[in-house]
Amino acid sequence: MSPAPGGKASSAPVVGRDHEPTIFEYSSPGRRSASFRTTGVPEWDADELVPAQHLRAEPIGLTEVSERDLVAHVTRLTHRQYSVDLGAYPLGSCTMKYNPKLCDDAASLPGLAAAHPATPEHLVQGWLELLWSLADTLCRITGMAAATLQPPAGAAGELTGLLLMRAYHASKGETRHKVIIPDSAHGTNPASVTLGGYETVTVPSDRRGLVDLDELRSRLDDDVAGIMLTNPNTLGLFEEDIAQIAGAVHEVGGLLYYDGANLNAILGVTRPGDMGFDIVHMNLHKTFAVPHGGGGPGAGPVAVSPRLSDFLPGPLAIRRDDGTFGWDTPARSIGRIHSWHGNALALARAWSYILANGGDGLRRVAEGAVLNANWLRHRLRGVYDLPYDRPNMHEFVASTTSLKKQKGLRALDVGKRLLEEGFHAPTVYFPLIVEEALMIEPTETESPQTLEALADALIRIAADPPGEGAAAPRTTPVGRVDEARAARTLLPTWDAVVEAG
Amino acid sequence: MGDFVPHTEAEIAQMLADIGLESLDQLFEVVPEALRLAGGLAVAPGMPEADVLAEMGRLASKNKVGSDLICFAGGGAYDHDIASATTRLAFRSEFVTAYTPYQPEVAQGVLQALFEYQTLVSRLAGLPIANASLYDGASAAVEAVNLAAAATRRQTIWVSGGLHPHWRSVLQTFAVGTGHHLVDVPLRGALTDWSAPPEGGEEPAALLVASPNYLGAIEDVRAARAAADRHGALLLAAIDPVSAGLLRSAGEDGADVVVGEGQPFGTPLSFGGPYLGLFACGMDQVRRLPGRLVGQTLDTEGRRAYVTTLRAREQDIRREKASSNVCTNQTLIAVACMIQMSWLGTAGLRELALRCARGTRYAREAVTAIPGVELLATAPTMREFAVSLPVPAPTVVGRMAEEGFLAGVPVGIEGGIVQDGGDALLIAVTEKRTKEEIDSFVSALEKAVR
Repeated sequence: MSPAPGGKASSAPVVGRDHEPTIFEYSSPGRRSASFRTTGVPEWDADELVPAQHLRAEPIGLTEVSERDLVAHVTRLTHRQYSVDLGAYPLGSCTMKYNPKLCDDAASLPGLAAAHPATPEHLVQGWLELLWSLADTLCRITGMAAATLQPPAGAAGELTGLLLMRAYHASKGETRHKVIIPDSAHGTNPASVTLGGYETVTVPSDRRGLVDLDELRSRLDDDVAGIMLTNPNTLGLFEEDIAQIAGAVHEVGGLLYYDGANLNAILGVTRPGDMGFDIVHMNLHKTFAVPHGGGGPGAGPVAVSPRLSDFLPGPLAIRRDDGTFGWDTPARSIGRIHSWHGNALALARAWSYILANGGDGLRRVAEGAVLNANWLRHRLRGVYDLPYDRPNMHEFVASTTSLKKQKGLRALDVGKRLLEEGFHAPTVYFPLIVEEALMIEPTETESPQTLEALADALIRIAADPPGEGAAAPRTTPVGRVDEARAARTLLPTWDAVVEAG
Repeated sequence: MGDFVPHTEAEIAQMLADIGLESLDQLFEVVPEALRLAGGLAVAPGMPEADVLAEMGRLASKNKVGSDLICFAGGGAYDHDIASATTRLAFRSEFVTAYTPYQPEVAQGVLQALFEYQTLVSRLAGLPIANASLYDGASAAVEAVNLAAAATRRQTIWVSGGLHPHWRSVLQTFAVGTGHHLVDVPLRGALTDWSAPPEGGEEPAALLVASPNYLGAIEDVRAARAAADRHGALLLAAIDPVSAGLLRSAGEDGADVVVGEGQPFGTPLSFGGPYLGLFACGMDQVRRLPGRLVGQTLDTEGRRAYVTTLRAREQDIRREKASSNVCTNQTLIAVACMIQMSWLGTAGLRELALRCARGTRYAREAVTAIPGVELLATAPTMREFAVSLPVPAPTVVGRMAEEGFLAGVPVGIEGGIVQDGGDALLIAVTEKRTKEEIDSFVSALEKAVR
């Protein structure tokens, strides 16, 4: 039998740890999946529709596969993927909680999913009511005055906040140049500061793991536009001095920016507005159960105090006196952040999650998250180093510094061993101020039994004979991946692979 | 505890006892008392699942969509059919509920899907490298501008007057932070006139052209390339991925960076999001590529494997010197795009583009036969066209809605720059529109413009 004219991949099942072929290897010339509706529109040829000078000579070679092979291929890819729906995901600072299925159904309603974003407002009153209600409720949760829902992710929210900061100072005739961030901050903070046209000034943490108040005061002057803080911070610790920090920053005319990455810990307990923050971004994909989608889409609304509401991106959904809803752009708006109204379907998911939980349920979320994290920290005491062994919020940071000295066990190895144990790894090597860091956030949706199993696995791993960790993972779809090779011999497309032979 | 917190009261008591506490409130003693929220959130109590879905259904029913409001609107958001295979597969919870693939050994599914997505986008753009997605078309344009400014160490960008007005607004918003100087280059008729350099400015880092542009007109990308060469600038091209099925690729025509809105492949209109920012460039710019990039490599036993690569560009490593601040992107939408593009396949993409162009021509001829309705400017179009009307477009859109049509998007031109709103109407026709629907649309429009 002669070889197949196209690719060599078949829908015969791939077993064990063999690789899944790419969709391009399933391709066979002339095979197709697509069909199109019957329209009755005249069937002009391409050259009767588009001037010859613009037409391409050949169709773009995508792939030529049957729907059956496509479905088999993609289904097999899902079998090579871990997810929250499969098991616990204690990834610190990422809040990988279980997302209720009702939110999927809510966001799939055709009345929401099929709406064109340029539909006149009287025909999308439901969408406008939803967006207005969500913004209003997020303000109640954070203690702020007004909110934009446009930023499509946390980093976009950060940059929005910095541009609001800029517009605020400009309205006072001031040009300030510096933004302060703690040394424990997420990498998006300094990256956003640069894009906001500011210079990053880092403030160190003290021995408690909190912002060092004296060090902060020594950096404050009238060139400081503001400070970006996560509270609880990335060590999972509540910044107890936040009122003094706010007072000191406000005294020099600066603003306080709240990075909402860890908002899950304080829902219904305290509010950024009450702490003195002026600008707050929320990661709806962390706190409000928008699933993370393998890396997105998220949603990063930004809420502000009254003195900044005039600068918000527009248009904003508003409720008029007659009870109808519409769009309005604030007088001194910084402009658009998104092509349309933000990641609207993600916003709808978050709204359905908030409706299901209510104010009472959101407080229980924080209680469950903080209880789980504290309990797990207690269980790991004496096994792993706990550089900041004090009451934490929704997450805590452990370290393998001692275990590394004793038998070479690195944080990376613990993560890879956990994969073998059926759990996702914690965040490793972050925050940067802790050596061999394991940042663990169990979230509120994991049961005590799951926590117990996770603790047992972590304790087993710490007792592993030397060298065991470096060999892991051995039960996953692939073994440890050669990242250096990927960077050295860059193969970013299938075409590059074919060309490289 | 309630709904999504699984702990029983007895378990909570035990866990508290294990850590030496007596009440849940004690967990929050680290929060200064003055900051603690007395009386709880002013948010209504939680609702059972069925009640939530009923409430969401009530909100959904207050929007006119689908057969109640047949869509002739485009302007960057298009009403295309989505394969059942795409919807069924992209909604699998392994994709939906995974995190960013930081642990590649358990994320080969998402990583390989993104690798295949990058390959498809690269072929669409006619450039060798594509990233793993950005938020939307506008954010991709912002990143392209930032890349060009970094590559040339120049601050000025010449922006075609035919760019989507919302994209222009987003570019302006972010330029305040970066200090980039955006200069509008006006349209002559429906096409950008690159011949006269904007006055008094510095040499540009890049020229940004959209083809088809916001008026639906197919631009001469080669002419834009020639203009860019005259000024030693990069060429940034914004493409429509459906039109790309018939048009020569922007990369082939000399674009250094190609961006686009990926919504037409597998994502419903979704009231504008989540959408998908397409981004492709040449190998010479790979170190400045924004966001994530997946590469093929091997595992310890020599098996094919995928991993995010060239990570030193990214914010979590490079911090304030990163090429972009993007972290969370639109992976799930990229996966849906990969599946839809594979389902369309080589022949299907061409046919999709052809069917859009046929419907557009059929509608354009019938619409412009209505007395008083004329093309806003004459130029070859692909999938949408703009017309001037005897009655302002917002009024016409209102009247047409009564007849069950979303007639289009109001648009205007001021000083050669396209504007959101305005008295003209931008009409889009996708492969979904039948001859019968177009004929009824035209009859309704004939009455609506009187």
